[in-house]
Amino acid sequence: MPIQYRGILAEHAHTRQEVSVFDICHMGEFMLGADPATSSFDRIITQDVVSMPLGSCRYGFMLDEEGGIIDDLIVYRLYDKNWMLVVNAATTAGDESQLYRNLSGGCCLKNVSSQLGKLDVQGPLSRDVLAKIFGDSIARLGYYSCGEFFLWGERCIVSRTGYTGELGYEVYIPLEKTQRLWDTLLKDHRVKPAGLGSRDTLRLEMGYPLYGQDIDAQHTPLAAGLERFVDFSKDFIGKRALLKEREAGPKERLVCLVSDARRAPRHGFGIFDGDRRVGTVTSGSFSPSLSVGIAMGYVSGNYRTGERLFVRETAVEIPVRVTKKPFYRKTTL
Amino acid sequence: MEIPAGLFYTKDHEWARLEGNTAYVGITDYAKTSLGDITFVELPKVGETLKQSGFSATVESVKAASDVYAPFSGKVTQVNQELAAHPELVNQSPYDKGYFFAMEISEEAEKAALMDAAAYKKYLEGLS
Repeated sequence: MPIQYRGILAEHAHTRQEVSVFDICHMGEFMLGADPATSSFDRIITQDVVSMPLGSCRYGFMLDEEGGIIDDLIVYRLYDKNWMLVVNAATTAGDESQLYRNLSGGCCLKNVSSQLGKLDVQGPLSRDVLAKIFGDSIARLGYYSCGEFFLWGERCIVSRTGYTGELGYEVYIPLEKTQRLWDTLLKDHRVKPAGLGSRDTLRLEMGYPLYGQDIDAQHTPLAAGLERFVDFSKDFIGKRALLKEREAGPKERLVCLVSDARRAPRHGFGIFDGDRRVGTVTSGSFSPSLSVGIAMGYVSGNYRTGERLFVRETAVEIPVRVTKKPFYRKTTL
Repeated sequence: MEIPAGLFYTKDHEWARLEGNTAYVGITDYAKTSLGDITFVELPKVGETLKQSGFSATVESVKAASDVYAPFSGKVTQVNQELAAHPELVNQSPYDKGYFFAMEISEEAEKAALMDAAAYKKYLEGLS
């Protein structure tokens, strides 16, 4: 997947206003067969994956014993005893060993990353575009639900999920048919290709974390402000550490920062409260939709919405204020 | 790649157009293409003294931030105010509406350190 095709700003705007296709074949996918009654699968994920309705998706985490995030992922309940796990590319191998280490006997885990293609179709017109290819039943998919659709004799999985904040779908199709689907999508004059650059600006405007940047094994879902994707009513690996952290309060918190000007805070820049350094920017960019700099970063201390901080790096100083996510609210999600 | 004749070029991809003692300065088509969509430009102040090859401005794209160096030594006489609200002018018109600033040069002989269009073209070919 290239950084850009026509230009990050044009691709960003086209996704917000019409519809784009992203080639996300690099992502990792696992197919899991397990007995929901006896499986240890539920312990590996912070969400309750056993009670998930068939055809639903859930966003959650795999944690280590210290509560550090091994990966963030979406779990798909395909059938009563079948799940699909969609994980980050760089973490696929580590996820696989975590799964193998902790899955009980009788589970069947298959890494299908190299056999499965993935195209994300995102934007307000995505439903109309996909209905022409997969049929009108695509419109029945609610947010965070998934279904099986047949195309050219192949079984595809389509979910109403995405990383842009717009109405959108993620399509899983056998790798050898991916090019044909890409070409078919682009024959629709409303669809334009979009690259990694706009994928990053679109997700950052929504305050969605990027694994390896905003979340990692050094941070917990509590520090990242993502506790709503952690189900404390069940057992999971890392729960004990999270409970302890919840009681003491996280040492650092991921905050959203917005500037009044166009200059962009960047990954690694310091966050300052007056002259005192309180944190580091993990993701920062110019926001194409808002025309100002936006960022996320970890800070120590409890900063409330509206408080003024500075992002600094050598000769650069950017006044910012703490804000709530999402940065951009006028989406079609 | 557009490389207008009559301009002077630096290895860092700035251009300068001499009109008498005044040099108009900007970044080249190659520079703006490598940077991608430009979202912010920080210009020097009018009256500021610049040194040849010294820092003069900052240009940011969605992807990254880069320094812009002065092609000549001298004093800044004018800056392109339009870029504050419309940095995309650098992408649309790098040699004209997207110029960065004008300066009164102190040493015309410094142009010996710069390339003409033909030399810059050759230089770019060597980079690819």
